[in-house]
Amino acid sequence: MIELSRRTLLGSGAALLAAPALAQPKWPARPVQLLCPWAAGGGTDAVVRIAATLLERDLGQPFNVVNRTGGSGVVGHAAIAQSNPDGYTLGIITSEICMLHWQGLTEVTYKNFTPLGQLNNDPPGIQVNASSPYKTAKDLAEAIKASPPGKFKASGTGQGGIWHLALAGWLIAMGLKADHVRWVPSNGAAPAMQDLAAGGLDFTTCSVPEARAMLDAGRARSLAVMAPARLSAFPNIPTLQEAMGIGFTTGAMRIIAGPAGLPAEVVAAVGPALKKVYDSKEYQDFMNARGFGLVYADAAGAGKALAEADAALGNAMKEAGLAKA
Amino acid sequence: MMDLLEACRMVAQVDVVVAILASAIYGLVVGSLPGLSATMATALLVPVTFWLSPIAAIATIITASAMAIFSGDIPGCLLRIPGTPASAAYTDEAYAMTRKGQAEMALGAGLWFSAIGGVVGTLSLVLMAPLLAEMALSFSTYEYFWLAFLGLMCATLVARSSPIKAIASMLLGLLVSCIGMENPAGTPRFTFGLTDLLGGIEPIPALVGVFAVSEVMRAMVTAEPPPLPRRKFGSILANQWMLTKKYQWPMWRGNIIGIIIGVLPGAGADMAAWVSYAMSKKFSKEPELFGTGHPEGLVEAGASNNASLASGWVPSLLFGIPGDTITAIAIGVLYMKGLNPGPTLFTERASSMYALYLIFIIANIIMIPLGIIMIRIASTVLRAPRAAVMPVILLLCAVGAFATGSNLFSVLLVGVFGILGFVMERNGYPVAALVLGIVMGTMVEQNFVTSLIKSDGDILPFFERPVSGVLAALTFGALLWPLGVWIWNRTRGRRLAAG
Repeated sequence: MIELSRRTLLGSGAALLAAPALAQPKWPARPVQLLCPWAAGGGTDAVVRIAATLLERDLGQPFNVVNRTGGSGVVGHAAIAQSNPDGYTLGIITSEICMLHWQGLTEVTYKNFTPLGQLNNDPPGIQVNASSPYKTAKDLAEAIKASPPGKFKASGTGQGGIWHLALAGWLIAMGLKADHVRWVPSNGAAPAMQDLAAGGLDFTTCSVPEARAMLDAGRARSLAVMAPARLSAFPNIPTLQEAMGIGFTTGAMRIIAGPAGLPAEVVAAVGPALKKVYDSKEYQDFMNARGFGLVYADAAGAGKALAEADAALGNAMKEAGLAKA
Repeated sequence: MMDLLEACRMVAQVDVVVAILASAIYGLVVGSLPGLSATMATALLVPVTFWLSPIAAIATIITASAMAIFSGDIPGCLLRIPGTPASAAYTDEAYAMTRKGQAEMALGAGLWFSAIGGVVGTLSLVLMAPLLAEMALSFSTYEYFWLAFLGLMCATLVARSSPIKAIASMLLGLLVSCIGMENPAGTPRFTFGLTDLLGGIEPIPALVGVFAVSEVMRAMVTAEPPPLPRRKFGSILANQWMLTKKYQWPMWRGNIIGIIIGVLPGAGADMAAWVSYAMSKKFSKEPELFGTGHPEGLVEAGASNNASLASGWVPSLLFGIPGDTITAIAIGVLYMKGLNPGPTLFTERASSMYALYLIFIIANIIMIPLGIIMIRIASTVLRAPRAAVMPVILLLCAVGAFATGSNLFSVLLVGVFGILGFVMERNGYPVAALVLGIVMGTMVEQNFVTSLIKSDGDILPFFERPVSGVLAALTFGALLWPLGVWIWNRTRGRRLAAG
């Protein structure tokens, strides 16, 4: 195992040195760099790393993951979009790319990428403390509707983060204002779940896998999931449609992409390879073990998902007063 | 009992033993490279764990992180480059010992008391996990606010300079922590339109800059000191037993503080080391020696930060809530290997849990022989001429800063903080207090603002919840104590003068 880690280390160094492109006959003729806009050790990093290992096995060239962090994801996403479109720098992009530009934080939008395939989608759930009086999403929704604005407090991530927009979208779908429930910004889902258990919040709208340990420990209950169908790892949690007849769905996506204008040859080669990754036993086992949502879409499907998310998230952000005019 | 035997069998598997040894060496090497943190070491191991058996996978994470945290003290002590924010609390002290020719004693103390802290922390995990977890769950943002505030107050305690200058440095650190959009409002602040500043200033580049780069700059403007007398590098462990007996009480205090702070998610090893170092100085019989190369603070803070590492696993294992960035990575691995965190892990998978405990203990024990070898190799640096060492340090700082995010901007930051650190030290402002401000600033602000949002702007909950009430009383006590002493002395002085 020392060998493997050394290879990864050397490999990522080599990939950095090998950045300038040379015209090559068949892709991939040399190692490919996979940029990850989020830090090593996180969920996105884990997904891209297992995908890299499987791509390497299939395509016969090293796929080196490089974490290009900073600027709340702006730096890494911009680095992928602005890289040389020769197929030797690809990356993983996340739902944030459909949010950052609405906030005026970057010029880069999903249109600056060539989507290659979606590997995952995690829908948000609605979690309450185990001792909460609300047994179903309907109970909670009724109570929210009857309460004055700002009485209910919810959390799950930072201000304007994806789970904040999930809450805003749900409230709008119920015919309420996006800020009817006050958002308590937190440093991610884990601190929010802890505060929920400590009795500091009414509910959280983080993804179900992020709430899983607290659910297993009997400290919290998940009332509904904002997805079109129940999650295979959590078959007892109803969808929002089932629980209260509201068809609102959203989620955090992870998509493998390259800069705009990738050669057709690369797109044609990566697409089937990603499908193979997705169907492999290793990938399925890994995603199920982590509780991550298994959703696949090919290049065209991923592009469509990005366009839809961009419009929906932009709308929620405008309603919630988070978008910059 | 059957479970324990089964656990021993699981740990004695060939693949687990190999995994422990290999990851121990890996952790020691990566941790000792300045700028490459223990978190980085752990994160790079994750792809490897895909192919290992569950116990071997967890063993690599536990062993590598424990080793990396210890070996992060080595460059701190020899070259004044702290590996982690946790070791920044006592870097100056350890470096002062090295300059007094006591490098082996300083490094030995780091090793020996890290191992003791690790073992005691593990025992707390074994014996009191459910109890500690309940305590962690009773902490809401109100309590974390007071805790972080108390942490900030350590600034005046750890510094040797005037309290005013220490507070000024800390406030500068707080200002730095305001940069970026990772604040409760999610609004970019002080970014001047620069994308790179959106994510704020990470503690690691700041740390490497103010300590290491400023040290290189100082070396350039001062004459070469007379070389240390050529002598055999003394025994590493010889003095440790003496230190253990002499500073037994501070060591236990460090262990206990470390366990309590470690259990609280979001506080972690950084705060444990700072608070313990400050307490050690406050309650020491010879506080004037602190900062001149005095081992007492090293004993307490070294034990404390390793104890907190082990107890940080309590909320992770019971509720899947990471105590720090390392356990956050470990939780992912646990899930991947089917060892889902939760109370059932302790009941239904008891043998796996015992195996985990055993690995903790083994990791902390083999840390001693492996650590001694590592120290011996690293100490050759002390004999190298300064003109050769300084450029290498600068290079390592740049590489380390780049490695954390593959971002050239962090390299620039290291340089900027180097100049800042140099200017500050020239004028007697302690850089450790600046680092404390950067590390704690976000936590103070985040918890204060979210608490106010939750209470609709009411400050009463900061005092009326039982735990927050106690913490508030402690904070105000510590704040007003010097004032009380001052008034007492003055009135007594007046009375004496009058009489």
